[in-house]
Amino acid sequence: MAEIRNAIQNDQPLLVAERLGKNYGRITACRDISFALYPGEVLAIVGESGSGKTTLLQLLSAQLASSAGRVSYRMRDGVLRDLALLGEAERRFLFRTDWGYVHQDPALGLRMAVSAGANVGERLMAVGWNHYGRIRQTASSWLERVEIDTARIDDAPRTYSGGMRQRLQIARNLVTEPRLVFMDEPTGGLDVSVQARLLDLMRNLVGELGLAAIVVTHDLAVARLLSHRVMVMKGGQVIETGLTDQVLDDPHEPYTQLLVSSILPP
Amino acid sequence: MNAPAYNFAYLDEQTKRMIRRAILKAIAIPGYQVPFASREMPMPYGWGTGGVQVTASILGPEDVLKVIDQGSDDTTNAISIRKFFAKTAGVATTTSTADATVIQTRHRIPEATLHEGQVLVFQVPIPEPLRYLEPRETETRRMHALAEYGLMHVKLYEDIARFGHIATSYAYPVKVNARYVMDPSPTPKFDNPKMDNCAALQLFGAGREKRIYAIPPYTKVVSLDFEDHPFTRYRFDAPCALCGAEDAYLDEIVTDNDGSRMFVCSDTDYCEGRQAVGHRGRESAAPHKERPHG
Amino acid sequence: MYVAVKGGERAIENAHRLLAHERRGDPDFPEVSLAQISEQLGLAVDRVMSEGSLYDRELAALAIKQARGDMIEAIFLVRAFRATLPRFGAAEPADTGKMRVARRISSTFKDIPGGQILGPTFDYTHRLLDPQLADGFFPEAPAISDALPGATPRVTDILGRDGLIEPSPQAEVDAPVGDLTREPLSFPADRDLRLQNLARADEGFLLAMGYSTQRGYGRNHPFAGEIRFGEVEVEFFAEDAGFAMPLGSIALTECQMVNQFKGSATEAPCFTRGYGLAFGQSERKAMSMALVDRALRARELGEEVLAPAQDEEFVMSHSDNVQATGFVEHLKLPHYVDFQSELGLLRKLRKEFVAAADPPPMREAAE
Repeated sequence: MAEIRNAIQNDQPLLVAERLGKNYGRITACRDISFALYPGEVLAIVGESGSGKTTLLQLLSAQLASSAGRVSYRMRDGVLRDLALLGEAERRFLFRTDWGYVHQDPALGLRMAVSAGANVGERLMAVGWNHYGRIRQTASSWLERVEIDTARIDDAPRTYSGGMRQRLQIARNLVTEPRLVFMDEPTGGLDVSVQARLLDLMRNLVGELGLAAIVVTHDLAVARLLSHRVMVMKGGQVIETGLTDQVLDDPHEPYTQLLVSSILPP
Repeated sequence: MNAPAYNFAYLDEQTKRMIRRAILKAIAIPGYQVPFASREMPMPYGWGTGGVQVTASILGPEDVLKVIDQGSDDTTNAISIRKFFAKTAGVATTTSTADATVIQTRHRIPEATLHEGQVLVFQVPIPEPLRYLEPRETETRRMHALAEYGLMHVKLYEDIARFGHIATSYAYPVKVNARYVMDPSPTPKFDNPKMDNCAALQLFGAGREKRIYAIPPYTKVVSLDFEDHPFTRYRFDAPCALCGAEDAYLDEIVTDNDGSRMFVCSDTDYCEGRQAVGHRGRESAAPHKERPHG
Repeated sequence: MYVAVKGGERAIENAHRLLAHERRGDPDFPEVSLAQISEQLGLAVDRVMSEGSLYDRELAALAIKQARGDMIEAIFLVRAFRATLPRFGAAEPADTGKMRVARRISSTFKDIPGGQILGPTFDYTHRLLDPQLADGFFPEAPAISDALPGATPRVTDILGRDGLIEPSPQAEVDAPVGDLTREPLSFPADRDLRLQNLARADEGFLLAMGYSTQRGYGRNHPFAGEIRFGEVEVEFFAEDAGFAMPLGSIALTECQMVNQFKGSATEAPCFTRGYGLAFGQSERKAMSMALVDRALRARELGEEVLAPAQDEEFVMSHSDNVQATGFVEHLKLPHYVDFQSELGLLRKLRKEFVAAADPPPMREAAE
């Protein structure tokens, strides 16, 4: 297991979910989810498709209204706020500055027809940066940081490979130094060697920036590499939770055991 | 069949009241697009119905009206609109910018500085500055409400990355009163500085898109740019061939089949006024005078 | 010496005179009368009334004559006139159930109470140009039936009685009906404004949109539940009199489409509706309108909005042909000032392009 950097900075939780649930008519997508996420902590939510993990991610990132329970987030001023009570302006501002959201399909998290530089610079301009040279310079250094050739800064992500697009999406999200990043299957759809590089990059960045992150994945290897803690979901509920190494090395629940045992040996 | 009877300046009083309410709202929130129930006018949408409705709503019997298109009083649509108001309102009309109390314009701001008490009414085709970046009205309204103008800056950034300059030469977006981003209508960017701290009231009417917006007198209007790529006025590097003006926007006229060109003031009143007091350009009858190149 | 162009006013006057002359055409031929247009080109009049949003056959015929047969120009004339008319109130909702039907068909049932009445229709004609119509044609008198006209209950009411079709969406009783011509449109739009927008929409545009749904762009499985055409009374509630007074009757075409059924967690599945209404005998318009109405209800019926016909903003912003033609044709107006700006910018960019003679550095290939 890769080294866990102790990134927990203080004892106040950053994001708190209390008895969170969502149903569509008679179908329950998820229910009774409760946990607290601390600054600098990475939580993986694992489960198969249909387990409710993506719905949960959308609830946590205030993109979906809950049917039960609530999600609270500690704003920069230290106050814990119920996300459902935030005004639209506040929520959108949060999304652009304090939060990141990495989609499985990078095309959803990027402007595909606009240059890489503009993609990364957009959030900066949205918070008032007004110097083209400085914006470009910052965008360029971020491209470097995510290991994209800076000569590609004026190319649109349409011309990028899948792995490059994903790295660009990450740069676009991290440029405003958010405190919390949501990731939905960030390495899904990439081939294995590309995945490995990307995971390495993500782990380093998360550590360097002291980011908290919630990563949804069906891939236990991703969970093991990135997260401190893991929640296992099945049928919309959390069936097991704990430190990643402990849960993956010594799963208690039969379902978790099944998941762990089905990881192909490297 | 009964022939309809028309009110002063064509619109009925109810409609004028509705439009004036929209105008007042617009003045109270500089640069904000106020929706209004545009009426079907006797000229086509896209041909100035917004400007005409604004003008019709503010005209009084004592007003003096000037109508220009491309800076000239004599272009066909300007003539058509001026005749419309002469017929339906019976107001005095003029080609003199200084003498007019209401000036309806398409695509130009007059060269002469406007004074207090004048109203400049712009004809606007697409009021939404973000329209070509985001076609959905529901989205652009939200962006204005939340002052989320990132998309506009992305476009400007892209221009510089691709062309080395901001590639907008007309309808150049401005920020009004440090709050709303506004489309000044398809005036050349050359005219943008005239909107800043202007003594006259500036009203913008978009009939087809059903929006009215305004810049009250003496309001701050800033063209969007980057600190290191500041807004510059474009103007052709030549004096007017007829009056010699070096600070006016010029029309390019092709004079023969070999492609010869000359440049003449777009603002016909301004050019004629200068000629009337003796200014000449190289194409005029008076002998050519050497001018220092400005 | 260059002299600035003048004389625009005279040019316009001459253009108008020439137009009037062309409009009259060869004076050796008799002038066409409004009555002839209204009687013999009745469907053109129907369209102009529908999209002009004004029921007046004589005025519509005049508009068609003045517009030299250009339908959208005629619709524009009618609309501009309508805008000058004083408004003294809204009529009572027209009860199409009480229509004196001249034509009434349903494709959902073989036979229905009141019967399938073909009426005057092109439907089963063979589209062979008939030179007999060129001049002096006297049609035979139409057949007369002995049977008395029976009641013609709405087919959708028949389905509704068994709960097989959703009830017609009702607005709140006291809520004022929106008026497109009095308020600016904003999205999302309620159904009353949507239907108004569709009622005055360009027939060709709606036809294409409706057609697209049938070809899979937002398919909603339509059946023509009923199409009826005939005269309907218009009533106005007079405050002083205390009752609704009949103002007269107008010809209407109504189309009720029966569409894709749906249910929910709490309700049993049933058919859904699409509605179309037009002045005169405008079947194509009423049917297209019903298809698009149903498509636009995607949002309220919880369907995914994927196709252009389901996109409320797209359909409603581009359905008005008077607005559309105004903007398209406005390109004929002088734009040389802006063009001058563009020329300037382009020349500058071209100059810089030539000056920057060095080839760009080789780029590393993407991974």
